[in-house]
Amino acid sequence: MPKSSPQTRCVTIGHHPEHALNGVVARSGERTDDVLARSCDDLRVSSQPTAAAAPTRPAAAPADVSSPPAPGPAGRPTTRRVRRLRQDRLVAGVASGLGEHLGLSLLSVRVAFVALGTVAGFGVALYAALWVCVPLYRAETPSAPGLAAAERAGMRASARRFRVGDAGQLVAFGALALGLTLLVQTSAIGVNPVLFWPALVIGCGVLLIWRQGDDAAPTDHVSGARGSLPWRRRDVRDPDAPDTWSIDEPVRTSESAGVLDRSGARGPLRTHGWRSALRILAGGALVLGGLVTFVATSGRWGVVGDVLLGGLVAAVGIALIAGPWLLQTYRSLRLEREERILSQERADVAAHLHDSVLQTLALIQRQAQDPREVVRLARSQERDLRGWLYGQQQTPDSSLRAAFDRVAAEVEEEYGIPVEVVVVGDCSMNDHLQAVVQAAREALVNAAKHASADRTDVYVEVDERAVVAYVRDRGVGFDPVAVEEHRLGVRRSIVERMDRHGGRASVRSAAGEGTEVRLEMVRSRS
Amino acid sequence: MSGTQTGSGQEREPGPARMTGLAGRQARVVIVDDHAMFRSGVRQELGGSVTVVGEAADAPAAVAVIFAQRPDVVLLDVHLPGGGGVTVLREVLAREPEIRFLALSVSDAAEDVIGVIRAGARGYVTKAITGPELVAAIRRVGEGDAVFSPRLAGFVLDAFTGIDVAAIDEELDQITPREREVLRLIARGYQYKEVAKELFISVKTVETHVSAVLRKLQLSNRHQLTRWATERRLV
Repeated sequence: MPKSSPQTRCVTIGHHPEHALNGVVARSGERTDDVLARSCDDLRVSSQPTAAAAPTRPAAAPADVSSPPAPGPAGRPTTRRVRRLRQDRLVAGVASGLGEHLGLSLLSVRVAFVALGTVAGFGVALYAALWVCVPLYRAETPSAPGLAAAERAGMRASARRFRVGDAGQLVAFGALALGLTLLVQTSAIGVNPVLFWPALVIGCGVLLIWRQGDDAAPTDHVSGARGSLPWRRRDVRDPDAPDTWSIDEPVRTSESAGVLDRSGARGPLRTHGWRSALRILAGGALVLGGLVTFVATSGRWGVVGDVLLGGLVAAVGIALIAGPWLLQTYRSLRLEREERILSQERADVAAHLHDSVLQTLALIQRQAQDPREVVRLARSQERDLRGWLYGQQQTPDSSLRAAFDRVAAEVEEEYGIPVEVVVVGDCSMNDHLQAVVQAAREALVNAAKHASADRTDVYVEVDERAVVAYVRDRGVGFDPVAVEEHRLGVRRSIVERMDRHGGRASVRSAAGEGTEVRLEMVRSRS
Repeated sequence: MSGTQTGSGQEREPGPARMTGLAGRQARVVIVDDHAMFRSGVRQELGGSVTVVGEAADAPAAVAVIFAQRPDVVLLDVHLPGGGGVTVLREVLAREPEIRFLALSVSDAAEDVIGVIRAGARGYVTKAITGPELVAAIRRVGEGDAVFSPRLAGFVLDAFTGIDVAAIDEELDQITPREREVLRLIARGYQYKEVAKELFISVKTVETHVSAVLRKLQLSNRHQLTRWATERRLV
């Protein structure tokens, strides 16, 4: 039976899971379930050694798996329409979008806007109008679900980072605009200063608020999905550059911070939500300040009451007329957003399964001659999936349970001997308990190295008074009296370590009956 | 992979005095699991040690097959189309309380484990269990004993720990110090005969203690027990 062919195929899968994903998944507009089902079929085919008449491959699956990504998903729309480009923007991407649309250079469009802006603010008004009317461009699914998922999880680099040149240009344009404005204002053709300065302040406020709207509104669906899946929780990308991500990059709003609440990773994210709130507040304050300044300097307090009343009446009228429609729009938007979150989550699940399970299956096939290694691989994959499917949401290093789980996983990984951990109760970690965990690790390593047992049991019990841990193997055992002197490992890293931290360690063993190490640490009352 | 207690099961000589449940014959077993591959794997592993009289892939089929075959032991997957293993347990035990169930699952989530035990399973092992261990566990369950893996023992200890004993007057809501001792040793990876040796009691006494714990687990309607299981996932 020719066995070489399936192995060579799997090497491709193993080395380039992303390619495999592209090949399998990247047909756009397909439901994730279908993708999953189809790729499972592929999997089945490629794992059948009997189907391997090497030169004539019957099934399409292997070709699928190793083929380059399908021709890219719709990069640009077929009818050319103006759109704002987020990735090139200084303010809102109007100039860059217009430049692309008209085939002009970005710089010349920007200069034109600044120049027009000095003519009684015409350029500013034009820019604002375009900002409102022209939609922000968001790419359709730019890559295979696996890649998108990986990107969302922070496991891949995003397309674009902030360029230093952008900041320089922004400053230059700002200075130029300010200089020109001052020049015009000081000359005879300037606008009435009573009108001009409040208008400037109000303009700045509006700028802040609109910009925030651009960032938050269309993209927070992604951040909503973030963090609800355990394996993504670890990777939180640099949250300090939210304005500079690629086109469809999420901006994490306070909502994502809420979702992440359980994970304990919310610090930086919350900062961002807080920052966006600050932006809106600052913008609102500027607008309000500008209005007040205008009223104060123009000295017409009397009209304020009339204006307010008129405004109120108008607002009520608009609410009555457009209210139901607005509500409906809001609801349908919400619904759509939820669906999007769901489908993305599904895509992420598919990607995770593909990535980790395919990888392990490939490795197992390559290591088929080494049963120990196969067991180790299967076991580590099992642990991974188990933690993902049924795992408790625990943050590493903060709880005793998590610490023991991790140590067991490490030893298992290193020595290929299954370690079964049972923990009753839990508490937060401290230095003394760290010593217990380390001593238990040492005991596990000893068992793995010397006991030649086929598994090791760890049992930890936590109550108000103490933490007691047992590490037990049913291996060859030894005579403690005879061997104790030579076993520096046991003495130093277990017994003395426990002594130093005020705990106790005892070893019980007899030749042929296995070994049990007992570690006890009284919990400090604090 | 939670192992199960093999020791004393292998030790026993088949004799009329011991074989209360199976009376010396091979256990008749139904395998309920939605993965055909896993069913055939188990069937193969069990080999000639038990008689597999039926298989089912979902809850309704399982109930039908069990009523038709009336096996000694049902190997029951916890996650099952058609309502899960718990549904099968409820429907079967309501009519045929003498049929014994051994739950078998890849999940070791506390609510799954405690859930099937409370629904009436007499033991819980994970799918990573080895063939001989599974045979021993089936035999033990078939004889009416309980099969506690270290993990299940840990869960039970966890569930019964941290309650103010003085505040509870119902016998069902607490486990005795001796039972706790036994559970603790099982959680430490001791087999029944090792537990017996450690505590200077007979294997039969160990089995009695474990069965008592099982009974309390199933009969106690302490709110904390169910709430505990659900809360565990949120920790």
